[in-house]
This record gives sequence, C-alpha cells and structure tokens, in this order.
Amino acid sequence: MIKKILLHLCIGLCLFACESDTYSSATVSQVNPTFIFQHNWNGNNVSNADFNDFIFTTENGTSISIERLRYLISDITFTSNSGEVLNTNLYKLVDVTNNNITYTLANTIPSGNYANVSFTFGLNNENNALNYTDLNSVSFNVPELLGGGYHYMQLDGKFINSNMQEQGFNYHAIRAVDNTGANPTFPQDTFFTVNLGPITIGNSTEIEVNANLAEWFKNPYEWDLNTYNQMLMPNSEAQILMYNNGQSVFSLGDVTQ
Amino acid sequence: MKRFCVLILAVLTVVNCANEDSNLDYQPTLQPLDTPQIFSSNIIAPIIPADNPQTTEGIALGKRLFFDRILSADGTQSCATCHSPQSAFTDNLQTSFGVSGSAGTRNSMPLFNLAWNYGERFAWDGKELSLERQAEEPVQNPIELHSNWDNVIERLQNHPEYPELYRLAFNSTIINKELTTKAIAQFERTLISANSKFDRYSLGQASLSNQELNGLDVFLREDKGDCFHCHGNPNNPLWTDNDFHNNGLDSTFNDLGLGGVTGDPNDNGKFRSPSLRNLAFTGPYMHDGRFATIEEVINHYSEGLQNSPTIDPLMKNINEGGAQLTEQDKADLKAFLLTLTDQSFVNNPNFQ
Repeated sequence: MIKKILLHLCIGLCLFACESDTYSSATVSQVNPTFIFQHNWNGNNVSNADFNDFIFTTENGTSISIERLRYLISDITFTSNSGEVLNTNLYKLVDVTNNNITYTLANTIPSGNYANVSFTFGLNNENNALNYTDLNSVSFNVPELLGGGYHYMQLDGKFINSNMQEQGFNYHAIRAVDNTGANPTFPQDTFFTVNLGPITIGNSTEIEVNANLAEWFKNPYEWDLNTYNQMLMPNSEAQILMYNNGQSVFSLGDVTQ
Repeated sequence: MKRFCVLILAVLTVVNCANEDSNLDYQPTLQPLDTPQIFSSNIIAPIIPADNPQTTEGIALGKRLFFDRILSADGTQSCATCHSPQSAFTDNLQTSFGVSGSAGTRNSMPLFNLAWNYGERFAWDGKELSLERQAEEPVQNPIELHSNWDNVIERLQNHPEYPELYRLAFNSTIINKELTTKAIAQFERTLISANSKFDRYSLGQASLSNQELNGLDVFLREDKGDCFHCHGNPNNPLWTDNDFHNNGLDSTFNDLGLGGVTGDPNDNGKFRSPSLRNLAFTGPYMHDGRFATIEEVINHYSEGLQNSPTIDPLMKNINEGGAQLTEQDKADLKAFLLTLTDQSFVNNPNFQ
C-alpha cells in the first residue's frame, strides 16, 4: 500500500515538475485565443468592401485598387516568461477577399502571461516543402518549376501606370527563387517572423493583428509599380524587396480579454 | 376517456401514414464517393450535403432521371440531351436548344468532379448555390426542358416504376421536387474524371513527351501562359479554381455573368473558370461557346485580350493582347492540355 502511495506521489511530482513557470498554477486553464487580422492603409481601415476602387495611393504616389488579397501565416508561437517556446505548428490562410480574417487557435494552450507571441509570414522552408491539401484546393501552391511550396501572399489589383492607363499588378510573395525550372536555386529566405510582443492569454482572449498594407509599397523600398507589377514570382530581386518591405507591415493591435 | 380515444386514434393514424409512405426499418445503402488517389493525395475531401448522402439506390434513381425525357414538357429531351456522356457531359453546340427549339445564351457546361467545387457555386455565372438547386432550374426553364414541376411530379408519381425507385432511394413513395433533385445530384456527384494521361504521369504510371512537358512549362510559367493561377496545376488536379474571372473576352458586356447574379458591377463580365480536363470532348469553349477550337482559345489569351474595367489583374500584356506566345509554345501548350483527356470517363459504362 505504502509503495503504491509513494508511486502515485512520485508520478504526481514528475508531472508537476514538467509544467512551466507560465502555467504552473493548479488552476491554469487550457484556452483557444482568437486572432483577428485587421487591415489598414496608413491608418485607414481596409476591408473587402474597399476593393475594386482606386482609393489607395502608394508611397511613390501611384493610385491603386486592390481586387484580391490573401496571405498565409504559420508557426503561431507562444513564448513563456521563462523562455519556454510553445510552437503550435498551426497555420491560417487569411483571405481578405472573402472576409475570412479571424482565426481561433485549433489547439488549446495554457492561459497565462506570455513574453512574446509570434508567427511566421508565409512558411519556413521546412514547412514549405510539405503538402497541404487545403491550400492546394484553393490553388495557393506554387508550381515546382517556380520553386514549389506555397504562395506567402497574393495581392492583386490595378494601378494607374505612367501612361495614365489602368494596369494589373500581382504582388505575389513566395520563396525567392533563381534558375526556375528543373533545378531551381534559392538566393535567400523570404519568410519572416512577426513578433507581437508580450500578451496575457485568458479564457476568451482576442488578439488583434494590424496589417498596414501601405507598408508593402513603402519601407525601406519605395515600390514603383511601373517597374515591378507582374510576373514577380520568378523575380528573386522583387521577392527580396517584398521580404524587406514586409517587416514593417504587421503589428499588435488591441487585446481583449 | 374521450381524450384517450382521440389520442389512440391520432397515434394509429400516424402509424398508418408512416406505413404507407415509409418503412422505419428500411435504409438505403450508403455508397460514398470513390475518391481517386490523385485527388485524395492533393486536395481536400468532396462536399456531400449532410441531408443528401450518397446511396446506391439514390444514385441509380438519379441516373435514371438524368437520362429520362419524362422531365421535359413534351417528352423529347432529358438532362443528357445537353449533357451527353460522350462529350464529357456537355454537348458540342455553341449554345444548346431546348424543347421549344429556342437556343439558350450559354454554352452547356461539362459535368464532372462537381463534388469538389468547394464554393458550391454552379453554372457559368454562379447563380446556383448547390447541385440540388441547380437541378431544379433546367426542368422549368422555357428555353430548356420547359416543364412544370407539378406536372413532372405527377408523371413520376403515376409511373409504374418510379414510386418504387423513390421508396428504395429515400424510403418514401411520395415523390416531390426535393427528392428528385437530390437523386439527380447524387448521380452527378459520381461523375468523376481523374484518369487522364497526366493523372497517370503524376502517379508515376505514364510519361509525357517533350512537347507535352514543354506545354506544361508554358502553362505554369508566369512569364508565358501563367494559366495555373486560375486553372489549377499538378497539385490541384481539378484544373480549375472554380472561381470567377473576367478573362478579357469583351470590352463591353452583353452578358454580365456573375455581376448579373450579385448585382455588383465589379462582378460584371466574370464567369466561372471551367476545368481544363477533357477539352478534347467539350468544345466549343467559353460561356457563350464563341471559340470552336482549342487553338482559338490559346490565341485569345496570346493576342486577343479585350480590356475592360473588371478584367482580372492576372491577365497580362493587355495592350498587346496577351501573353504573346510563339507558335511553338502554342502547339506545345495544346499538346499538354490534351494530356488532360480522360477516355475512360466518357466511356464509363456507369455513366451511360
């Protein structure tokens, strides 16, 4: 009998020891926080209701309309105050065109204070090599000869070109690739991490992620759509510019409990 | 006591009615779709409505109805008149003729892989929001079967065989429009095409010629055909996105397409991307059947684009008319497209 009690005590202590600082309380709950992706153009809210009209002006003064916007975020990660990293390995295709901009975490995480919440814009190279049937089904994948994997973003629209004519643009972000064809090479990674900073996760936390779409055309490269408008997927130079500009697109908005 | 008698009577009446229309012990045989490997490996599961599961008896009834002229006003046409198995379930007319001899304004769409239309918007303009609802429309359309559903139901109800077929399919001998369209939709969902040369190539069971491979290259390259953004790719073997695009056919619109359904002028001139499977059987092409040959279609994207406010931004070099493919690239692209031909589909005895 005593042996059994000691065994139970031992197992209990082991389990307790495995818990992190963040969620060491006996009352810690498992929760599914919700991410809400809100979009703006230099502070003015943007939704699909604003699409198809020339109401946006890029940093270099080009008038544009947006007709389609969807992008992929992945590796939603919660880092505890003690540095423990909880990577959910979850991803979400944010589809602004169809107003699918909310994501409630499919897995639960322990509630508590987190030192950082982050996600990857696009897919890291390891994940980009996997097969996602849901993303294939919405034609978000990238053909093998263009490097394979998946689009990170499709931002399609029109701009007024230097001849004052409407012209299409396809700001499609993918893994930068050279030598497209049977043996492509990859000059540098173009996925990137977005750090939202410390967030307290409670039972019904909603995390607003703001995306300033103007930043894609602004900083550090002042995008010239007359130069880069279409056929940008096999253009590694353009992909690296997108990567650089994307760093300042996302930020933490309101967090509600 | 009176109340008790009334209650007994009511229960007996209900039981009696139930015995007349259905057998509580009988269930039709579930027959889930046989998903091809090329689909299950690459795309998500098909859409089957919870209130209309696939059953052996439902599919059989749907097939019988699909080919039966009883649905038309004068008994001269069936669904198969405009959706012939030998033509991958379209006809080969620019636009189809109904029972009255009037031509429609749209090309008959081929029918296959319909359960994988995840958005569930059917027809060229997306006006039908499910297969079941789609099946309602042609029966009563004056330029199609030009029937009246009440008359159709009456004919089916008085038929020597249909009431039993409905009982087997739905456990009800009371025939109505809803069960009729459910059965047709069940049959239509079985129309699966996934055995083309390219499918076998993807599965490592066939090889492509150099010309076909170059055609695939033209199809996929953004600086050439860039067809894949709307028409699928080896990882999306539907060969369509089932979405709506203005592909530059006209600078002004006689047919608003999706815009006529949504009322949104931004949707004017947009039509659903058809699958590129089975093009060998499905001409003429486009929503109005304006192009008789695959060559004409390729020439359109290469040199024939017409600008308009709603033209899809994926269309390129519009001022020059399009992708400016070389004659060799055009020939190679056609060769690749024909690898999506599925002979076993048009010859499938289950679909005849």
